[in-house]
Amino acid sequence: MRSDLALIRRWVPEGAHILDLGCGDGALLDTLAREKGVSGYGLEIDPEGITACMARGVNVIEQNLDQGLANFDDNAYDLVIMTQALQALRRPDLMLDEMLRIAEECIITFPNFAYWRHRFYLGFKGYMPVSKSLPYAWYDTPNIHLSTFNDFERLCRDKDLIIRDQAVGNGDHEAHWSAKLWPNLFGETAVYRIGRHGA
Amino acid sequence: MIVQDLSTSQSTDTTMSKIPSDSVGLVTPQTAHFDTPLTLACGRTLPSYDLVYETYGELNAERSNAVLVCHALSGHHHAAGYHHEDDRKPGWWEAHIGPGKSIDTNRFFVVSLNNLGGCHGSTGPCSTDPETGRVWGPDFPMMTVTDWVHSQARLADRLGIERFAAVAGGSLGGMQVLQWTLAYPERIANALIIAATPKLSAQNIAFNEVARQAIRSDPEYYGGRYHEHDAIPRRGLKLARMIGHITYLSEDSMGYKFGRNLREDDFHFGYDVEFQVESYLRYQGDTFSTSFDANSYLLMTKVLDYFDPADIHGGDLATALAPANCPFLVVSFSSDWRFPPSRSEELVDALIQADKSVSYARIESPHGHDAFLLPEPRYQSVFSAFMGRIARDLSLKEAH
Repeated sequence: MRSDLALIRRWVPEGAHILDLGCGDGALLDTLAREKGVSGYGLEIDPEGITACMARGVNVIEQNLDQGLANFDDNAYDLVIMTQALQALRRPDLMLDEMLRIAEECIITFPNFAYWRHRFYLGFKGYMPVSKSLPYAWYDTPNIHLSTFNDFERLCRDKDLIIRDQAVGNGDHEAHWSAKLWPNLFGETAVYRIGRHGA
Repeated sequence: MIVQDLSTSQSTDTTMSKIPSDSVGLVTPQTAHFDTPLTLACGRTLPSYDLVYETYGELNAERSNAVLVCHALSGHHHAAGYHHEDDRKPGWWEAHIGPGKSIDTNRFFVVSLNNLGGCHGSTGPCSTDPETGRVWGPDFPMMTVTDWVHSQARLADRLGIERFAAVAGGSLGGMQVLQWTLAYPERIANALIIAATPKLSAQNIAFNEVARQAIRSDPEYYGGRYHEHDAIPRRGLKLARMIGHITYLSEDSMGYKFGRNLREDDFHFGYDVEFQVESYLRYQGDTFSTSFDANSYLLMTKVLDYFDPADIHGGDLATALAPANCPFLVVSFSSDWRFPPSRSEELVDALIQADKSVSYARIESPHGHDAFLLPEPRYQSVFSAFMGRIARDLSLKEAH
């Protein structure tokens, strides 16, 4: 399992009603349903991911996140999860508002653009970074809004959101101590648990 | 009980024929007669009736692998296989029912019937009213999707099926599936609703009304008593089918198939067939007008118009869906403008609001509403994945 998914598992309460935005092949929802008895839906647009979800018995809705989440009611869910999709959206900031309208808490993971390997690529080689977490060329990447730990935390501050937890994912294994100490430099994947005031 | 007769429905001996190996092969329709009166939504009662049906595959010992297939406006019980070695065409859902297909007859036992009011053998306007001894004709009681579902449940009783592993259908067939989840939630384990809508739009009803007017204004209609005048309202039926057919195809598929192609090289500057699309529509209309009963067609369009399970809940579909408790698969097609994806999404959104288990796929297809009948790789993979999960769940239960 991807390291960010393993981290998320710990933060999901037993029996939660959740929405997984960009759920891929449904592996996370499937695991959470079996281990924690969660219910809910995954949203996806990739045909192969959708078929894989159906084969697993995971509820999947074909829906383009850029067209909004108006079909989900306020506070209808305990938790909204979005793994590795925020950077591919047209307006990540508006999506954050939507996620916290639907649930009081959300979990977000995204590739850290300030990861040292990415900095090395851009800073020394002079090319747009390509890595395990950013596997695309500049011309065909779906990742149109890349950000860093620092950028994301600034957005949360501007929106007056509460950062309840922050963690670092590195590839398929637990993060090294250096990444925990200096996430913006050594963390490959950013993992956040955020909430809103007055909930 | 007629359960022991089920094996006669399907012959697996296709060795000598040109019938493809992924077909259920030669099939024979059967008739079930019912003497218990059926009270209908319109307030009238059918004292007795026949239902014609076909079955494919084998019912397992637990009777847990039955799949009910519901037909659309001009459909019937012949959903898969062939009636004769030299049949030109197989059943209407041949693309999706058969060994190794989405509804895999190696694993599932499929039941497909002709609905009441139809004209393919089940009791309908062409049948004789036992009380008067006359052909029912226009006096045949008006049907609703709800009435159909009740009659289907009685057929299930007869076949010894307590609970369907799945009920599946496209278009008007999908409406029957939806009604199953509301009327008999304990008797349906999975619902597959394809290219359907929770209710017709004003535009849908308008098209139906044009079709009805075409039939009823044909001088050969005789107020629906054409049988007694040895007449058939062919022109009306033809027009009705032509207008219907336009709504089943998409602008793109028509353009691709016919474009502005002419039958001959030049214009004739007259009203005979000049464009290929005219020829095609006339052919479709002519064929239909000799094979479908006018009163049945009128009735089927009204069944469509009346369907609206949310109506008794003030239009709140999510509230109407409360009794449903099985997983749903909803599928729509991008170029379907009869029941476009937005209509399927109406249903999906209500299911989500009602916290029901639902998956939804919007298939890219140029074939308009007709896409639900056709093979298309992504449609097939979604359909197979959902049915495969049902089969897997069943075998888990059987293993215990």
